[in-house]
Amino acid sequence: MTAGTGRAAAADPRPLFGAYGIVKRFGDFTANDHIDLEIRAGEIHALLGENGAGKSTLMKILYGLLAPTEGVVTHRGDVVRLGSPEDARRLGIGMVFQHFSLCENLTVAENIALVMGRGLGRAALARRIAALGETYGLHLDPERPVWSLSAGERQRIEIVRCLLQDPKLVILDEPTSVLTPGEAELLFTVLERLRAEGRALLYISHRLDEVRRLCARATILRAGKVVGACDPRAESAGSLAAMMVGAQVCEVAPAAPAAPGGERLRLDRLSLPAPGLHATGLRDISLAIRGGEILGIAGIAGNGQAELFAALSGETRAGQAGAVLIDGVPAGHLGVNARRRRGAAFVPEERNGHAAAPGMSLSENVVLSRHATAPLTRFGFLRRGAAQALADRVIATFDVRKAGPDPAAGTLSGGNLQKFVVGREILANPGILVVDQPTWGVDAAAAARIRQALVDLAAAGSAILVISQDLDELFEIADSIAVLHAGTLSPAVTRARTTREAVGLLMGGAEDMPPAVTGAVPPSEAAHAT
Amino acid sequence: MSLDLVQMILATVLAAATPLIIAALGELVAERAGVLNLGVEGMMVCGAALGFAAAVETGSTLAGALAGIGAGMALAALFGVLTVGLAANQVASGLALTILGLGLSGLAGAGYVGLKREPAPHLAVPGLSDLPGVGRLLFGQDGFVYAALALAVAVSWFLWRTRAGLILRAIGDDAAATHSLGLPVRGVRFLAVLFGGGCAGLAGSYLSLAYTPFWTPAMTAGRGWIALALVVFASWRPARVVGGAVLFGGATVLQLHAQASGIGLPGQLLSALPYLATILALVLLSLGRRRGGSLAPAALGRDFTPHR
Repeated sequence: MTAGTGRAAAADPRPLFGAYGIVKRFGDFTANDHIDLEIRAGEIHALLGENGAGKSTLMKILYGLLAPTEGVVTHRGDVVRLGSPEDARRLGIGMVFQHFSLCENLTVAENIALVMGRGLGRAALARRIAALGETYGLHLDPERPVWSLSAGERQRIEIVRCLLQDPKLVILDEPTSVLTPGEAELLFTVLERLRAEGRALLYISHRLDEVRRLCARATILRAGKVVGACDPRAESAGSLAAMMVGAQVCEVAPAAPAAPGGERLRLDRLSLPAPGLHATGLRDISLAIRGGEILGIAGIAGNGQAELFAALSGETRAGQAGAVLIDGVPAGHLGVNARRRRGAAFVPEERNGHAAAPGMSLSENVVLSRHATAPLTRFGFLRRGAAQALADRVIATFDVRKAGPDPAAGTLSGGNLQKFVVGREILANPGILVVDQPTWGVDAAAAARIRQALVDLAAAGSAILVISQDLDELFEIADSIAVLHAGTLSPAVTRARTTREAVGLLMGGAEDMPPAVTGAVPPSEAAHAT
Repeated sequence: MSLDLVQMILATVLAAATPLIIAALGELVAERAGVLNLGVEGMMVCGAALGFAAAVETGSTLAGALAGIGAGMALAALFGVLTVGLAANQVASGLALTILGLGLSGLAGAGYVGLKREPAPHLAVPGLSDLPGVGRLLFGQDGFVYAALALAVAVSWFLWRTRAGLILRAIGDDAAATHSLGLPVRGVRFLAVLFGGGCAGLAGSYLSLAYTPFWTPAMTAGRGWIALALVVFASWRPARVVGGAVLFGGATVLQLHAQASGIGLPGQLLSALPYLATILALVLLSLGRRRGGSLAPAALGRDFTPHR
């Protein structure tokens, strides 16, 4: 496409794509409630909303994956029927998925060939991939299997696959959630270019500063309804967030700086072999956290976060007992419960299946992680009443919204279940708390609540380790930040002495310390400096 | 050992390998689409019973083979409705299918026990089939053997050279991702299960029409399970299925010859050889597995239900 078609499209008063009166019900639940949305050629249109606001449902309807219960989709004023993604692609709608829709054991070219028409030979496809890569700076090796690629490269496949079909509308679902800041910059350049070519982009993101930078129009969803439209450039991140959640989001209040306590958690040159095919080994990881301190571990997924968490929680035991020290006592050989009895608590990344058993009730889920640290059993028998009382305390303290008195954990929304599993551990009053991705996929209000709880717990004298891919989160709550890359941990640096860019470079694997953090100190000293 | 004896042994090995090749190729396609059908034994034995019955009634080996395919596909369709359509547990459904198949075949074949008929005709090319040393091996087999080898080539070509094969492999790797691209996950899986059933039925009818030309209850004698193991042994690749089947077939035949020549080992131990070979192969395979990626289709055994 050229700028000429872009102008022609702009002159057309009818929107490129429109969705009118869209209603989607799943049983009793209304995910989309009479949504109207118009998308014009040559614009980046933001779709904002909390988790569960109905963004994903609306996108799936636009991409033909879900059929709306009511309402119509139009293309240049004509009603169209989107029976399948194939129909959508034929109309020029492309999609870049948040959780990539890629088959890991197929090659890049095979994944792309899945959506290309018949009769396109291997060599011809490879040529087109190379040509597109040249045009947009999206280089790919067509013969690499997807499992060997980073998240950024995987997203590149999604984008190339989408662009090879010359789409008029590109839907991007949380495209930067797994990217380093550098990779995100590259993406923004491509998106600006697509917009200049006269294509329309529908951009879904939690990251309000990105929306304000890229998008000229935004539609805001709340609880399945459109609650507003605005020009995000004229708004502040705070006012956009307020529209999303319907109330002012409270900033996390920094707790009164407590005098740092004694060292509570230490890793001493912990090394572990990679436990599986896709896993990362840990190499010489050392860190130390004192009471009252929050250490943030940044890094892109797959660089050893899951393995580090398992080594801290005791799911993987260290080779030497002295590699993990809890309150100065060797604990590397201890299992999860033994570590819990020493006052540690753990919140894994995956809510459904790791932190909580989705098919079991909330009170049963309380027993799963607290049976060692709360009086929930007597002579080996469960005390259901005590478990229920503890679950109710978590629910009341952390404002967990649920249906029914003691529902299955899997029926809670992501944000509410996360509040529940974090709250369950915090109410144990742990001396050490290890949290992996505390607010992954959680809406702004719930995320603020969880972060506040972490800050408050630290203020009460606990040592907290937060593993997160969200730099904004780490810069909001962590006292010092270290970066995990390819199984090695960079020295921890106090928050005031580093920048997002410096951390981003380390996340991308920069070997040398960037200039912004010349004052880096070894981990133990850095921890003590706070 | 004379050249002719070697040829005879090799021909028997190939004959023993043929049902394994056919059944394992069918299961391979189903598993490549992500469906684990443990009912191979049941579909095979039904193919053997109905194939023999149809051949006796019509007098035609071809009609028997087609009836065998039909019987396998009918059972596979039941399995497909349960596991692909209704997302029932694949392992439980597959085991039930084996038990059901053994029972149904006994019922359907009850009137045919003890009957005998001529085995399926062998190819006879004037000149070529009488070549010393290789003639019978290469040009004197029955139609099933050639069909099995052609099937291996066809399956391999389909999986790696066609768009439909690519879609099938993608579905076996990640059904949710493939569904979100708008590809028909359940349709493809159902067809793959049907293909697997047809192959199992054909393999069964080979047993009762060519290998031992009579029907006796449970005559598959665990070959369906061997075929299942063979798919894993072959790490889901058709060419390796052929190699593995020849190896397993060889173990079976060797065991017969060893017993006949009076080697001082108990017959039971020799009969166990093919099964021991399977276990050994599985052990070796999992030892050599620590590279990147996964050998097995990543979505194997996982059911998939789309929202709409």
